[in-house]
Amino acid sequence: MRDYSEEIRRITGINPRKCMRCGKCSAVCPAYEEMEYHPHQFVAMIERGAVEELMASRAIWNCLSCMACLERCPRSVEPSRLVEAARLMVIRQAGKNHLLPDEIPGLLDEELPQQALVSALRKYGK
Amino acid sequence: MQVNEKFEPTIVAFCCNWCSYAGADLSGTNRLQYPANVKIIRIPCSCRLNPMFILRAFQRGADGVILCGCHPGDCHYTTGNYYARRRMTLMFSLLDYLGIERERTRVEWVSAAEGAKFAATMEEFTETVRALGENRRLEDLRCKQM
Amino acid sequence: MQRIGVFVCWCGSNIAATVDVARVAQTLAKEPGVVYATDYQYMCSEAGQKLIADAIRDYSLTGVVICSCSPRMHEATFRKTAARAGLNPYLVEIANIREQCSWIHKNKEDATEKAVILGRAAIAKVHLNAPLTAGKSPVTKRALVIGGGIAGIQTALDIADAGFEVDIVEKKPTIGGKMAQIDKTFPTLDCAACILTPKMVDVAQNEKINVFAYSEVEKVQGFVGNFTVTIRHKARYVDETKCTGCGLCTEKCPQKKVPNEFNLGMDNRRAIYIPFAQAVPKLATIDADYCTMLKTGKCGVCSKVCSAGAIDYKQQDRLEERQYGAIVAATGFNPISLDAYGEYAYNQSPDVVTSLEFERLMNAAGPTGGTLLRPSDGKHPHTLVFVQCVGSRCDGDGRGKSYCSKICCMYTAKHAMLCREKYPDTEVYVFYIDVRTPGKGFDEFYRRAVEEYGVHYIKGQVGKVVPQDGVLKVQASDLLENRQLHIDADMVILAAAMEPDKSARPLATMLTASMDTNDFFTEAHPKLRPVESPTAGVFLSGACQGPKDIPETVAQAGAAAAKVIGLLAKDSLTCNPCVAKPDELMCNGCSSCEKVCPYGAITYVNKEFRGPNRTTLLRRVASVNPAVCQGCGACTVACPSGAMDLQGFSNRQIMAEVDAICK
Repeated sequence: MRDYSEEIRRITGINPRKCMRCGKCSAVCPAYEEMEYHPHQFVAMIERGAVEELMASRAIWNCLSCMACLERCPRSVEPSRLVEAARLMVIRQAGKNHLLPDEIPGLLDEELPQQALVSALRKYGK
Repeated sequence: MQVNEKFEPTIVAFCCNWCSYAGADLSGTNRLQYPANVKIIRIPCSCRLNPMFILRAFQRGADGVILCGCHPGDCHYTTGNYYARRRMTLMFSLLDYLGIERERTRVEWVSAAEGAKFAATMEEFTETVRALGENRRLEDLRCKQM
Repeated sequence: MQRIGVFVCWCGSNIAATVDVARVAQTLAKEPGVVYATDYQYMCSEAGQKLIADAIRDYSLTGVVICSCSPRMHEATFRKTAARAGLNPYLVEIANIREQCSWIHKNKEDATEKAVILGRAAIAKVHLNAPLTAGKSPVTKRALVIGGGIAGIQTALDIADAGFEVDIVEKKPTIGGKMAQIDKTFPTLDCAACILTPKMVDVAQNEKINVFAYSEVEKVQGFVGNFTVTIRHKARYVDETKCTGCGLCTEKCPQKKVPNEFNLGMDNRRAIYIPFAQAVPKLATIDADYCTMLKTGKCGVCSKVCSAGAIDYKQQDRLEERQYGAIVAATGFNPISLDAYGEYAYNQSPDVVTSLEFERLMNAAGPTGGTLLRPSDGKHPHTLVFVQCVGSRCDGDGRGKSYCSKICCMYTAKHAMLCREKYPDTEVYVFYIDVRTPGKGFDEFYRRAVEEYGVHYIKGQVGKVVPQDGVLKVQASDLLENRQLHIDADMVILAAAMEPDKSARPLATMLTASMDTNDFFTEAHPKLRPVESPTAGVFLSGACQGPKDIPETVAQAGAAAAKVIGLLAKDSLTCNPCVAKPDELMCNGCSSCEKVCPYGAITYVNKEFRGPNRTTLLRRVASVNPAVCQGCGACTVACPSGAMDLQGFSNRQIMAEVDAICK
């Protein structure tokens, strides 16, 4: 059994224990209503080791990667980067290290703004 | 005397008066055991430790030297342990150069409240040095020429 | 030849149970230089001390080694014993065979052997001990308090009460500080001015207190008991001896568009002004940045209306040198700048205010006369959002402070409560990360805000504030309900973190007082010496040492005053003789030691030395002020020529100990 939590920490270099549960990430998140888990929950889930749950969620694909939470986080926990790592782990599990552009729309909700597509391409469509 | 006498290292511990010496006293007050090999020398501050003293100890047959000071930021003299830390960093390079095993010298921060840490550190350090065996004595060439 | 006496203490069974004390004494008796060795049940007892004193006299001892408990315990006791017997107290050394030997070892053989070695090390050291004499330095019986807020005021009043002269140096035109700007105080809700201004009057009337308002400390020299401080009296352009504080000039001045800093720029004052009605000293001050007369030479209205003839456009800054025995730093705090916090729209909307600005908006002497009105349109606000921890507890985002500012939870509760009390038609939301209320009656106060006044406390943070169509669109999180909130607010109040006043850093440099990474002054010991700086003679009062509320500040101010009084009550100070001492013949004047000295105890002097062929050489050599040196020894190691040594812990002494241990 792999320690996903540890792997996320390794990929991001972030210590989720630094989170002080202020909720500023969830306060700024523009895609809040689109997600079943919210930015502050990402951190808590990674901290308690519920990474697989997170990896199976829609929320990580609905994250816009707008980096607002990263920008505002007072403790350098940066949920958007944690989510990015979670996405990366899903992709790696599928034996790849990036998504093909064609696969992205299927993972997203139709109502989501273009920015999500753009950011996803920016991150993974190398 | 036994023939197969167990090697007993000689260990010199330099402790600053305000934190580590008090920490050592506390481990005594709490009756926490650590090996008798450790002999403590009281200095006012870890920054009083002239690296020369370490060389002198190795020259006179010490097998291990440990410097204990206040935790960084807690120095009674405000900045002393920062000086000690920098000096010791250089000292470690010199000792490496001289071929003295890295493990024979150590710096530890022990506060006046950390009696248990002091005892545990000394125990562990003594075992490390014991495992390394007897130290080769540094020789003062100036003495040899005479 | 040394004549050393060795005294091995049993400490009842504390030492004797694991160390063969008789054998230790017998073995050490054979050490070179030892002429007398004995063991006794309790060396620290009266009989034990007599034993030592008698031996010193009978054997004409030149050094004493006592194998007993930790020197931290009884070093002073045995030094006094030696002094009574006519031996220099610094010729006594302690071998710690209790805490560092008998108590930590079970095997009697090992413990005895170790005790012998520790004894040998002490003997080796005492061979090299030199008699030391503690110096004395006189004390100037006057204190300087830097900062005239509640901390400085209280410290000055307490010191003056004990009969000592005190000077307060305040950079603003009046004393009073932040407390003068505050409306009500938690948790009693009494009015800040009502309890502060009588104290300000006390200061003004106290004969022992000189208030140097509109002045700054320029230079500090000297050391504990003997500071020489240069004070810059900034030009007010008003003769302090003539001005009566009638305020006529402040009404007639034609330059009306000067942001009023007392109301945090929320209204305007004139170029000549008295900060507020209860100012002490009550003197007008001309703001040179705005005064038309000073800038263009054309105006002179204030001069014409002043019946006392106090206006003096030609006044210059004046420097004054004064002597002090002790210095108290009471430089206080400021809210941080919120420029980096764009998400709260502080710079975009006048309706987003800091808590200190909100104090002024609630204050009867404030810009709105005490009626809560929106700064943008002067209308009555209905929805207020308070945001806590703005810039506090930020670690790593580079914008805020890592520490908790401590007072925000309480003043926010106060503001929320006052709002609901005065305007029951308002909805008040407080966004918090944690509510921290440790203090007498504090939690009850906060609960009252929630339970009786119906303030909505929401666990979460505000993510962004957008001014739109005359309202502030607030987007926030509610972590307990796990939802995002959108509130249309009329006002947003930000609990900005507090930071030390900007003047503290240069002052710390002048005082060689140390600061932490946040520019708060560090205390000599966080628990046992909380109001003293590690620099002797420098004391700390109020928020310059760390975030504090008013009761804590007053308590600390009193404590600092007590320490100052304790110092000033002495006619002279005994110095620790275990200080650094340079060998002037070896010193090459390189300044290495001066740079590492945390106390500024080392200076350089030009001294005449005898050169070859009857010449005289002038050489620059280090000189240690024994009254300032605390004896850390940093300089001894920094000295490249080995000229600097520490008395009582000299290189030779420590090396002798090393040799004895390694033998």
